[in-house]
Amino acid sequence: MTTKAKLGAFAFTVALAASAWGPAQAEDTIKVGVLHSLSGTMAISETTLKDTILMMVADINSKGGLLGKKVEAVVVDPASNWPLFAEKAAELLEKDKVAAVFGCWTSVSRKSVLPVFAKDNGLLFYPVQYEGEESQKGVFYTGAAPNQQAIPAVEYLMSKEGGSAKRWVLEGTDYVYPRTTNKILRAFLHLKGVSDADIMENYTPFGFSDWQTEVAAIKKFASAGKKTAVVSTINGDANVPFYKELANEGIKATDIPVVAFSVGEEELSGMDTKNLVGHLAAWNYFESVKTPQNTAFIKQWHAFIKNDKRTTNDPMEAHYIGFKMWTQAVLQAGTTDVDAVRQAMIGQRVRNLTGSWAEMLPNHHLTKPVLIGEIRPDGQFNVVWKTPKPVPGEAWASKYLAEDKGKVANWEFPWVCESCTSPTYKTYE
Amino acid sequence: MIRRLRPILVALVALTFAGPMAFAAADDAKLSASVQQLGADDFDAKIAAVGELAATPDPRVVKILKALEGGELYVAKDKKVVRAEPDGDSFTIFEPLGGEKIGTATSDDIDQIVVNNRVRGVIDAALGALNLFSGRRADRLAAALDLVKHPSAASVPALQKAMAAETDSEIRQDMTLALAGARLNSPDKKAQLDAIAELAGSTDPAIFNVLSALRDSPDLDPEVRKADEHAIGAISQRLQLVRIGMTLFEGLSLGSILLLAAIGLSITFGVMGVINMAHGEMIMLGAYATYVVQQIFVGYLPPGWLDVYLVASLPVAFLVTGALGIALERSVIRFLYARPLETLLATWGVSLILQQLVRTIFGAPNKAVANPSWMTGGFELIGGAFITYNRLAILVFCFVVLGVLGLVLKRTSFGLHMRAVTQNRDMAAAMGIPTARIDALTFGLGSGIAGMAGVALSQIGNVSPNLGTIYIVDSFMVVVFGGVGSLFGTLAGAMSLGIVNKLLEPVSGAVLGKVVVLIAIILFIQRRPRGLFALRGRAAEN
Repeated sequence: MTTKAKLGAFAFTVALAASAWGPAQAEDTIKVGVLHSLSGTMAISETTLKDTILMMVADINSKGGLLGKKVEAVVVDPASNWPLFAEKAAELLEKDKVAAVFGCWTSVSRKSVLPVFAKDNGLLFYPVQYEGEESQKGVFYTGAAPNQQAIPAVEYLMSKEGGSAKRWVLEGTDYVYPRTTNKILRAFLHLKGVSDADIMENYTPFGFSDWQTEVAAIKKFASAGKKTAVVSTINGDANVPFYKELANEGIKATDIPVVAFSVGEEELSGMDTKNLVGHLAAWNYFESVKTPQNTAFIKQWHAFIKNDKRTTNDPMEAHYIGFKMWTQAVLQAGTTDVDAVRQAMIGQRVRNLTGSWAEMLPNHHLTKPVLIGEIRPDGQFNVVWKTPKPVPGEAWASKYLAEDKGKVANWEFPWVCESCTSPTYKTYE
Repeated sequence: MIRRLRPILVALVALTFAGPMAFAAADDAKLSASVQQLGADDFDAKIAAVGELAATPDPRVVKILKALEGGELYVAKDKKVVRAEPDGDSFTIFEPLGGEKIGTATSDDIDQIVVNNRVRGVIDAALGALNLFSGRRADRLAAALDLVKHPSAASVPALQKAMAAETDSEIRQDMTLALAGARLNSPDKKAQLDAIAELAGSTDPAIFNVLSALRDSPDLDPEVRKADEHAIGAISQRLQLVRIGMTLFEGLSLGSILLLAAIGLSITFGVMGVINMAHGEMIMLGAYATYVVQQIFVGYLPPGWLDVYLVASLPVAFLVTGALGIALERSVIRFLYARPLETLLATWGVSLILQQLVRTIFGAPNKAVANPSWMTGGFELIGGAFITYNRLAILVFCFVVLGVLGLVLKRTSFGLHMRAVTQNRDMAAAMGIPTARIDALTFGLGSGIAGMAGVALSQIGNVSPNLGTIYIVDSFMVVVFGGVGSLFGTLAGAMSLGIVNKLLEPVSGAVLGKVVVLIAIILFIQRRPRGLFALRGRAAEN
């Protein structure tokens, strides 16, 4: 018997055993799909998000489930393989008939599943900060749009508090998110009177590991008598060697600060941060923020993952908000019907972990506070600046890019759920 | 803001030290008021407090400022500023000035005083100026270098005073430069010209920076501007030369990493003709072995031992991956000899299994492997040529490995047998050489060296389950380019690929650079299918 055949037989036995319990039980669950890579390059980031959703599911089940039914997570592994994301998404929507899918990390994986969600009328909760320029009927973007991360971070570095930077290095990994973000940032910097001579843009491949030339170039660019800052959209594994090179070359944050959009607590836990103190990151959540909600969340996470050392991070908070909003929308609509839930989502409010309110906007983006954190020696961040109130997410950078002029998204629609006539905003905590 | 505050601070310190050096115990009440102000909510108030502290001639100030920068100062519930040290889950809190223990607190009771880069810059400036008079050489050197980078007229009295007392020639040299830098902005034209003449001899990018800033200042005397531009030209020419030298070093460093990654493959691929796709995973396992050894050192040995954990992980990594290599050869590969396609697929499968295994045991996130202190940071060879210790150590290590391997191949009977099998397997078997055993040992040796490469790579990159996949393609490129089975070819291949990569990168960018190198290799292989240094032998010819 080949391995495959054995596995098949095993699955068959399990299926038999399950059906022996009676179909009543299967009917009593609401299925949600989890579409995160558990193997391959992106497993490093996405595995945590799968665990977050499993934790949220366990939590809601311990409180009696949803609409009187248990919630069941269907976990699939798209293995960091972009076309496989589309296949697995179709499997979740068509075979498992899940009510909603929580998933994707890289923009390319999201782009790959969009046609599937459009065709099968599914709901996708996408928890990662991204380049914007998109708003889809079936997708809720619970991560930050560029105006909720990149632009405030650059504004901060321009301010007196951030060091009044005048020269900019835009250093990124070569794919759609950094390129689009840097296009928006360049347009923004032009508006602020920064000339092209004071902007250096550079790209390296995924998994790049030899940063000597790039760091030397940054040093050289910074030696022109003007305060220089680095905006890093470097993604994934390439960050560790980049920061190691920075630290060993003696680049201190007080001389050339580096602000990163893809480096959070989880990434820092794999680095030696003693020499990185003061370099920055812009997110909508930091583990170090002290609020009752956050303390409870961290405690819940440690208990669930059975490891007190595991960190929490921004995309986890996005999933937390997304999952809570979805349960609220289901409760309000009284059904898991996709059309009804999608309508009910708009206007939902959930208290985010840093204390303010996240609200789902008609363009399927959230209101989010923007926080700037400086790296501490222990691998956490000190919040040194935050927006006074949550910033509404903008799908298109219409303020800065000419091609985006006048583009807005609005997915509001006459109410489609039968049992309700008008939205009632109730929080579920 | 730092720029504007720095001169004031340095001037304050200079004033303090211009007088008698005796530390009169300052008015304690005033001092504690300043300390209390450090707990203010906005950064401007904190900076003002740091300024007040820096101007107070009291030895406790240095301690307080260091504690602030190190994040040891907290605000307690009663709004009092305290120093706290973590102690398990709770904190032990101390009087910030006196240092007496006050009690314990939980993390809910106290709030850390946050500093940002602006405050940190001001603290550094204050500490730097204080450090000019420090008893430790390293402190004084750092302070002098800092003043070279951020010259200000206000620092002149302190510098002059410090110089008079300074005996170390390197520090004196930096102080001279700092003084010249400080005089650049003096209103006296003569002093300015003198300062420029003095600075023009330096090759420090910081000096270049300072001179460029002067050139950009609006109302500059034409004569001064001319001298300035001349000096900038001279420095930038020298910096150009330094840059070329640095590119070569960067190329050699990249080459040494490629060489370490490829050397094991060159043995297995060269001797046995096995396309081992799991080679990268041996590197990865070596890096994880380093992590495990580090954790053992952290957990069970006194902290002073941590600096040698890396040395201890070399044999561990070699043995673990070597043993695994032998096991792999005995259990899978030996059944697939002479079937390259199946070997490729089988070893690729093994590589996936190993990756997922590591992911299951250690978890998907990266593991932090710290540089031991002797591999942290670097030194400035000459102005602008900054050599980092970790790269230097890896460069040396790679040559040591190559040398030892060369000796094993040339001077031991195992090496002799290995070479015999490489050249003609059937003849070697006929001569009584146990080829099967040699195969297993060779595979083990190649895997073991890959494990040691993993130890080295953990010092510059991440330790994650997919570490190996990053290096596997590059390793094959090096081996194929250098010539299969030839150690010298692998060396030449790795170094030339490293240098070509680094020469191309500034011109074409990293992405295009890789493409160009790949195309060049493909073209090269068309001309010389056996690589740079082809092995001569019967087996090699068919």
